[in-house]
Amino acid sequence: MAAVHDDHAHGHGHGHEHGHDDHAHGPPKGMMRWLTTTNHKDIGTMYLWFSFSMFLVGGMMAFGIRAELFQPGMQLMTPEFFNSLTTNHGLIMVFGAIMPAFVGFANWQVPMMIGAPDMAFARMNNWSFWLLPPAALLLVAAFFVPGGAGAGGWTFYPPLSVQMGMGMDMMIFAVHILGASSIMGSINIITTILNMRAPGMTLMKMPLFVWTWLITAYLLVLVMPVLAGTVTMLLTDRHFGTNFFNAAGGGDPIMFQHIFWFFGHPEVYIMILPAFGIVSEILPTFSRKPLFGYSSMVYATASIAILSCIVWAHHMFTVGMPVTAQLFFMYATMLIAVPTGVKVFNWTATMWQGSMSFETPMLFAIGFIFLFTIGGFSGVVCAVIPVDIQVQETYYVIAHFHYVLVSGSLFALFGGVYYWLPKWTGHMYDESLGRLHFWLSMVFFNVTFFVQHFLGLAGMPRRVPDYALQFADFNMISSIGAFGFGLSQLVFLAAVVKCIRGGKKAEAKPWDGATTLEWDLPSPAPYHSWVTPPVVK
Amino acid sequence: MSSKAVATLLGTLAIASYSGMGMAAADPYQLNFTPPASGIASQIYDQHIMLLWICLAIFIGVFGVMLYSLLNHRKSKGYKAANFHHSTTVEIIWTVIPFIILIAMAYPATKTVIAMKDTSNPDITVKVTGYQWQWGYDYLVGEGAGISFISRTTTTLDQRNNKAPKDEFYMLRADKPLVVPVGKRVRVLITANDVIHAWWVPAFGVKQDAIPGFIRDAWFQADRVGTFVGQCTELCGKDHGFMPIVVEVMEPAQYTQWVAQQKAQSAAAVVDVNKVFTLDELKATGEKVYAGNCAACHQANGQGIPGTFVALDGSKVATGPKAEHINIVVNGGKAGSAMAAFKHLSDVEIAAVVTYERNAWSNMTGDVVQPSEINAFRK
Repeated sequence: MAAVHDDHAHGHGHGHEHGHDDHAHGPPKGMMRWLTTTNHKDIGTMYLWFSFSMFLVGGMMAFGIRAELFQPGMQLMTPEFFNSLTTNHGLIMVFGAIMPAFVGFANWQVPMMIGAPDMAFARMNNWSFWLLPPAALLLVAAFFVPGGAGAGGWTFYPPLSVQMGMGMDMMIFAVHILGASSIMGSINIITTILNMRAPGMTLMKMPLFVWTWLITAYLLVLVMPVLAGTVTMLLTDRHFGTNFFNAAGGGDPIMFQHIFWFFGHPEVYIMILPAFGIVSEILPTFSRKPLFGYSSMVYATASIAILSCIVWAHHMFTVGMPVTAQLFFMYATMLIAVPTGVKVFNWTATMWQGSMSFETPMLFAIGFIFLFTIGGFSGVVCAVIPVDIQVQETYYVIAHFHYVLVSGSLFALFGGVYYWLPKWTGHMYDESLGRLHFWLSMVFFNVTFFVQHFLGLAGMPRRVPDYALQFADFNMISSIGAFGFGLSQLVFLAAVVKCIRGGKKAEAKPWDGATTLEWDLPSPAPYHSWVTPPVVK
Repeated sequence: MSSKAVATLLGTLAIASYSGMGMAAADPYQLNFTPPASGIASQIYDQHIMLLWICLAIFIGVFGVMLYSLLNHRKSKGYKAANFHHSTTVEIIWTVIPFIILIAMAYPATKTVIAMKDTSNPDITVKVTGYQWQWGYDYLVGEGAGISFISRTTTTLDQRNNKAPKDEFYMLRADKPLVVPVGKRVRVLITANDVIHAWWVPAFGVKQDAIPGFIRDAWFQADRVGTFVGQCTELCGKDHGFMPIVVEVMEPAQYTQWVAQQKAQSAAAVVDVNKVFTLDELKATGEKVYAGNCAACHQANGQGIPGTFVALDGSKVATGPKAEHINIVVNGGKAGSAMAAFKHLSDVEIAAVVTYERNAWSNMTGDVVQPSEINAFRK
């Protein structure tokens, strides 16, 4: 199937610096290049464009949600359609935008950073990517089938999800496919990292981004099958007469929640650990100073991953668990603040007495620390059960997880894109566009989500298409912020497209403080890099 | 003297604004929790404030250091980077200190959780049932035992669709609130009929999911009279936003009166199941039942919403055999259908609504369904 074999193909006329044979014949041209590619950089690129497209699709849904909530009363849509929007906004952003974006980063960066020529399973890598478009198609097409797309929340809770039409089945199949893709991607990443590091690169010498992805990949392999299992049980409940989640048949709807969140909580860390990794690369570079506490960073990441598997029921403090279970999950959840705090302190210490400059990647990294920490504070507030009883399923929770997912994961992704774009494209991005993108995102993000804390505290439930008049002003502010945030992302698109098409030629190492291996390669990185592994001292 | 007067004035204002906030539910810039009206809710309120202060202190500490660094340790100022990269002592210190802070947070929280879970020795026990999209209340034990009713939003479809003006109670009032006496321990047994709902009254610090097939409990003790409002907080389908929880807290004497009044009403409302009604009587009652229970999905004009909710006008069920029609209303649709079961309605209500559906719009079956038929069907 693959027209090109890694062993005897050199790309593009670049990549001769390793002085190998010169029968380079590059990748095939046109569509076939992308369909059949086994090259980690091509696949990484596709992952990133796919995730950006899904980010726009999910963003359009957010537009719809905030437009309906702009004023009290139902203006634009029915409550069912509103519920479909919230459901699919969540699913698409989590599974379509954030997760594939990180896999795209892993594809591009892991081999270059560990001195490997490609991913371990190059063809499976192609397959992991090409599973995504059909899944995305299923999710989007669900809007056009009778009954519309699933409207029971991205969490699939039965019995509500049992009531839905075939849109729900499409959602379930989409999740199956996305899960299969993630598992394959993770196995690939684990194998690559464990087996293909350059001579001399011991585990404790790996860049932190690689470490965080190694740990994330293990989490994915652990929990994605659990999700696949539970949505399959849901599917059989819907169509084949089983009663796993139906009390009338001896089942238990709460069992679904336990299984779902056993996946769902580690999932949260799957979306944030690689972000920690990216920030831990950017900060030392622009502080021109080594990362503070490298080994405690690694241990903190591992602790967070382990803790993430024993805290799931904090999403369920209102289901009525026994008091001992409540307390166990509260204590375990609060413990997460310790390793997370260590990370924030280490980042601060990395910046301390550095020689800082503030290019766009650095701005996003600092924005990340600042806002992610606010999300962390509201996380601690949510962990304390008595308070959580009040804020559970309100806008407070919406604010909390957008602070960790948007100004957390997404900001880190933006920072990472600007950081590595010179390596990927061979051009410098437009610094003023980048800064404009950062400041617009920063301002509009806070306008959108900060007021949602107040809405939640004052009693506005989440997932409602309408609200009491008391909440009108804050909702309008939040909607205006959301429209601004959405439009600001067009600046990002412009900056990236401009950088791909041209711009100042990037040096091999455009950032003077950078230390990791990928900066030893020319910019743009040759189609096949590290054909001869570098030696790490 | 004058400073004392100022202090008194400020104190009075503070108390007035605090106690008045329950009424001023319409404060569009409310930044904090609803003012508590129970001991548990007060504990929650105070713990939340404590958490905020702790977070603020840490915030200032961490970001003060970072801000100093951002302003001073700049390349543009010619600052030369240091080269330190770890310090075991410092790292141990900032692992241990957060741990201690967390224990300080967890201690009061643990006490409150244990108190919240202690539902023993109630004065009154009420069963709360979540339906799509209304609440059912059954007083089981204590003063008022035997009272039972359904509580629906008073917000109209016209208000929702901007065809009628909205007032400050928009989405926040029910036709029949849950009524309880002040200062009495009320235990609520919470369950649901169809999907998961959640019963939440912020002023009492109670939020409990209502799970079909299971009963969970919670308790509260209101410390002042008034009307307290919450909303359903678990996504339960299309009208999830429109099932308010309204609790009316009364003085015990007034509560006793209310109980007597309810008992008298329900005694008057008891109808012999064998009573025979005319078509017109049933249609008139049925139209009201339809508006309260069915119109949200099937629409007042019986056309439903294409692709989502089936039309009843001209439908096979509403014009076909009576038995099947009754069955679907009482027991709900097939598994997987969005049609809920309405067996909680009375025989008269079900007979009336079935009769109405078979004789409204273009459905001209002329069928009359009597309450006795429903009664027989249930057996």
